[in-house]
Amino acid sequence: MASIWEYANPVKFMRLSGQVLPWVSGGAAVALVIGLFWGFFLTPDDFRQGSTVKIIYLHVPAALMAINAWFMMLVASLIWLIRRHHVSALAAKAAAPVGAVMTLIALITGAFWGQPMWGTWWAWDPRLTSFLILFLFYLGYIALWAAIEDADTAADLTSVLCLVGSVFAVLSRYAVNFWNQGLHQGASLSLDKEENVANVFYLPLLVCIGGFILLFLALVLLRTRTEIRQRRTRALIRRENMA
Amino acid sequence: MIALLLRDLKLAMRAGGGFGLGLSFFLIVSVLVPFGVGPENALLARIAPGILWIGALLACLLSLDRIFALDWEDGSLDLLACAPLPLEAVAAIKALGHWITTGLPLTLAAPILGLLLQLPASGYLWLVLSLLIGTPALSVIGTFGAALTVGIKRGGLLLSLLVLPLYVPTLIFGAEVARRGAEGLSLGAPLLLLAGISLGVLAVLPFVSALVLRMNLR
Repeated sequence: MASIWEYANPVKFMRLSGQVLPWVSGGAAVALVIGLFWGFFLTPDDFRQGSTVKIIYLHVPAALMAINAWFMMLVASLIWLIRRHHVSALAAKAAAPVGAVMTLIALITGAFWGQPMWGTWWAWDPRLTSFLILFLFYLGYIALWAAIEDADTAADLTSVLCLVGSVFAVLSRYAVNFWNQGLHQGASLSLDKEENVANVFYLPLLVCIGGFILLFLALVLLRTRTEIRQRRTRALIRRENMA
Repeated sequence: MIALLLRDLKLAMRAGGGFGLGLSFFLIVSVLVPFGVGPENALLARIAPGILWIGALLACLLSLDRIFALDWEDGSLDLLACAPLPLEAVAAIKALGHWITTGLPLTLAAPILGLLLQLPASGYLWLVLSLLIGTPALSVIGTFGAALTVGIKRGGLLLSLLVLPLYVPTLIFGAEVARRGAEGLSLGAPLLLLAGISLGVLAVLPFVSALVLRMNLR
């Protein structure tokens, strides 16, 4: 009877993730190469936005993964707090920098698109602002992990921070909406991209999203494996010192 | 509970307790802003509510690491954890103490600084009201941040990094109430949302702070 909790055992997790990792990273590479090549070279330019439209192949998947990475950390933190599986805590730790980089990619590609289209690198639009806040949350989470020496205490505290942070991140999202409507006459700049995308752009975008999901998985697996190995090494060193 | 509150207040009032620090910091920030943006009255009047809110927020932040750090160092936090008083109550009292020594004086001082910043006459009532409702939330959220970082040496900077993003919703609604008050717009919605945030964090976060303290004391 194989339950998912079996992989809370680090040995089993290492075995499985070792087997899966090449496939996931290979899949990510293939999907990204196909998706980006298809998107960049085989789709027509948009008649109003020109070739700048093609940045959505990086922007949208990165933004998607930026939010989902935090969500994954939230679930992993809950699992750690409830069932105290160390692999879960380490997975949350491993996902944070990846999520932060995804957020940064989304922000930077957004700025590159915004410069020719909106005429500005940055606007205090609700979406942009809440992503910046999300990035700050990532920074705080990573910094807290780095600051605490005892591994279990660090896992506990960062898990609680992740839970509380999630609530406040959602609150901020809606607060920012409110704030901007208060300042401007509605967000006329923000395009709801998913609905505006035509079929030509849609399929390569899906491939790219799939590629980013696989890339995220591969990076998190890799980083979790590194964390586990690091912890093993530390335990070995401690044993050596005691002997 | 009252004994603990009085003890905290006394400690804060004594020399080195940092009671006047937050207030002076608030004053200095408000004085520096006109130097930075120029002395035009119209501009100052427009940004005054936001400046006063940010000043109050930063002044609040300044004294957060004192909430638990001193008790942690001299061991009285361990005693408090063993005391018959539940740790949740300790966290709530600590937040209350912090609010009385920083949030309340800031609220009372804000109108005077508003005068310096050319705040329109209609804005004073709402500025004070928004600070009165919003600063308890700042203290409670800050207590949570202080509990998170209590075991870390030189945790002050980390504390700011953790707490400031959590302050975003409070700041947005608080400054919005003050701004709309100054411009004479209707402000029911942000006022209610601000009160909602304050009451919500007041109800929930002391429990989380106590949980985090126990993790740190283990």
